[in-house]
Amino acid sequence: MNNPQLNKNGKLQHLLTTEGLPAPILLKILDTAESFVGVTQRDIKKVPLLRGKAIFNLFFEPSTRTRTTFEIAAKRLSADVVNLNIAASSQSKGETMLDTVNNLSAMNADMFIVRHSQSGAAHLIARHVRPEIHVINAGDGRHAHPTQALLDMFTIRRYKKDFHNLRVAIVGDILHSRVARSQIHALTTLGVPEVRVISPKTLLPAKVERLGVHVYHDMEQGLKDVDVVLMLRLQNERMLGARLPSAEEYFKHYGLTQEKLALAKHDAIVMHPGPMNRGIEIDSAVADGKQSVILPQVTFGIAVRMAVMAILAGN
Amino acid sequence: MRILIKDGRVIDPENGMDTVNDVYIVAGKIVAVGDGPDSFQANHVINARGLVVCPGLVDLSVRLREPGLQYKATLESEMKAAAAGGVTSLACPPDTDPPLDEPGLVEMLKDRARSLNQAHVYPIGALTQGLKGEQLTEMAELHDAGCVAFSQSDKLLLGSRVMMQAMQYASTFNFRVWLRPEDDGIADSGVAHDGEVATRLGLPAVPVCAETIALSKIILIAKGTGAKVHLCRISSAEGVAMVREARQQGLPITCDVAVNHIHLSEMDISFFDSNCHLIPPLRGISDRDALRSGLADGTIDAVCSDHAPVDEDAKLVPFGESEAGATSIELLLSLVLKWAEEKNIPLAVAVAKVTSEPAKILGIEAGDLSVGAGADLCIFDPEQHWRVEASTLRSQGKNTPFLGMELQGKVKYTLANGIIVYED
Repeated sequence: MNNPQLNKNGKLQHLLTTEGLPAPILLKILDTAESFVGVTQRDIKKVPLLRGKAIFNLFFEPSTRTRTTFEIAAKRLSADVVNLNIAASSQSKGETMLDTVNNLSAMNADMFIVRHSQSGAAHLIARHVRPEIHVINAGDGRHAHPTQALLDMFTIRRYKKDFHNLRVAIVGDILHSRVARSQIHALTTLGVPEVRVISPKTLLPAKVERLGVHVYHDMEQGLKDVDVVLMLRLQNERMLGARLPSAEEYFKHYGLTQEKLALAKHDAIVMHPGPMNRGIEIDSAVADGKQSVILPQVTFGIAVRMAVMAILAGN
Repeated sequence: MRILIKDGRVIDPENGMDTVNDVYIVAGKIVAVGDGPDSFQANHVINARGLVVCPGLVDLSVRLREPGLQYKATLESEMKAAAAGGVTSLACPPDTDPPLDEPGLVEMLKDRARSLNQAHVYPIGALTQGLKGEQLTEMAELHDAGCVAFSQSDKLLLGSRVMMQAMQYASTFNFRVWLRPEDDGIADSGVAHDGEVATRLGLPAVPVCAETIALSKIILIAKGTGAKVHLCRISSAEGVAMVREARQQGLPITCDVAVNHIHLSEMDISFFDSNCHLIPPLRGISDRDALRSGLADGTIDAVCSDHAPVDEDAKLVPFGESEAGATSIELLLSLVLKWAEEKNIPLAVAVAKVTSEPAKILGIEAGDLSVGAGADLCIFDPEQHWRVEASTLRSQGKNTPFLGMELQGKVKYTLANGIIVYED
């Protein structure tokens, strides 16, 4: 099976998922991001690497935060950025996703950053664009959100140095989470020996253990002696059906509090992809506490996205 | 018209024949197999040396997309595809637009099909009006108009009480009810098997219990009402086991499987291949293996193509938004032969799965080469390889997971009512 993300020289052509990417490619992204962290902290936060390149932020699903971080990252690389909020424009006029992409390709796009509510949308676009165009998946349905996972890996490496002796727990709605899937693939590829998922059975997909994780339903057991706690956002609409009875009961069993966090290693770090639901999946005392690295994640996110764009543009 | 088919390997499972023989056809009927009538003068001789001569294929599920859905395919295009696939009798499900729930629509479809003079079309009537699962259709009227059975097509949508009453009513007239076992509530908006591939790709999933819950309901109601039931397109190992047990109890239940499902599994979805978006979903490898074995041991009577031409645009969208279905009628024979070869099944048994067995389920006179029968035949080269290509498929739909693949076994001639409707 050809990996649709790699070109025939084995280099990264698109970033669609962390699944199936060799560890050296993931590490190269993290290493490159290290060099951009310096840029983002300078007074003049700009390098000319992507000068003259046209990058289209193609958001078929609303997002503020992810789109903004991609926009900032592209601008710091001196690219020209166009933001398209397609949910509100051509799709409502009946244009298909591929027609939209073809039209923008005709405007000489160099890179598409795609977010879509359907799993596989970025793969479909990558299969249909001209070979010189690169596609970055900024989140497709429940499938993947590779730049989020990469910035998480970057953050983990910053604080924990080495992946090879870590215990990492991912807590929350694994079933609907593209972030969790991308985190799991990245963590296992980078050599984390023990990845746990902690979730009620209604929020776990079938055969999730095949992804290489240990399943826990009891958060207190699951958090025991972990080095990293990756919290997931719980969408409000999950409360409407029969998956969960109430936000209160969810928080009681799966919300991260200081008491539960105390079961992890004393120097464990807490992460969250944002936006947070305080009091539902995470207590404010933890979110704002000394073990939280949630804001550094956001900062690193820009460097990681710069790294991905710079590497793709160079391949 | 007098046709002589010479020196072919004649496989007629219903009459237990598998031998090199000649077939004589006069005025649309088979008049002799073996020794011809005295002083027979053929207008047309088909040299079938090295070829297999068998009954025309009988396909239990072919979407012709008429009435109402002609942008996907037309009767003309799909009847040509049927001929190229060696199919001479086909059942079409009622999920047209509007659904086949009124005698007038059924008669119109039959007339349109008859005027094309190709395969025989057997409409399956809607079990409930508009397929909504509420009010029964006029089954007896629909039967008089030409419906051979009644079904809910792909949506079961039947509450338990309506299902029971529909089966009671149908059995009053000895009609067979065709049901695809899937509990809508559980299947919900799932698009793939609830297994590791859906988990990896983040696709909404259909658990196996969607099939087994519906199956147990159908089997228990069949037991209670004595209704004849045909189970369409079973998909799971657990489902096969339940059907096996029900048949061992002597219930009047028959069962088919779609040809794609005896070869493919969830793994073939790979990176979101929307051509593998099928109903029911392709399940795990062990499920596929159970379907293959169930077909071999007779738990599953027949293989259908479940032909569903889809226009290209409807597949060029993300997997979950793509329209389900595959164009399959032209691949049916080759794929059944592939199953037989891989499972070491005699050719005559494989042929029965697409001729005599489905004909019995339909209750029609077809699927055999008896003297006096209508001359519906398929003549194929069991050795010839061919490549599945969009440009050569006659169906308007080009959507198949087998696109670009090489298959063995090629239809050379198809005869319907003694007329050569396809020649390779």
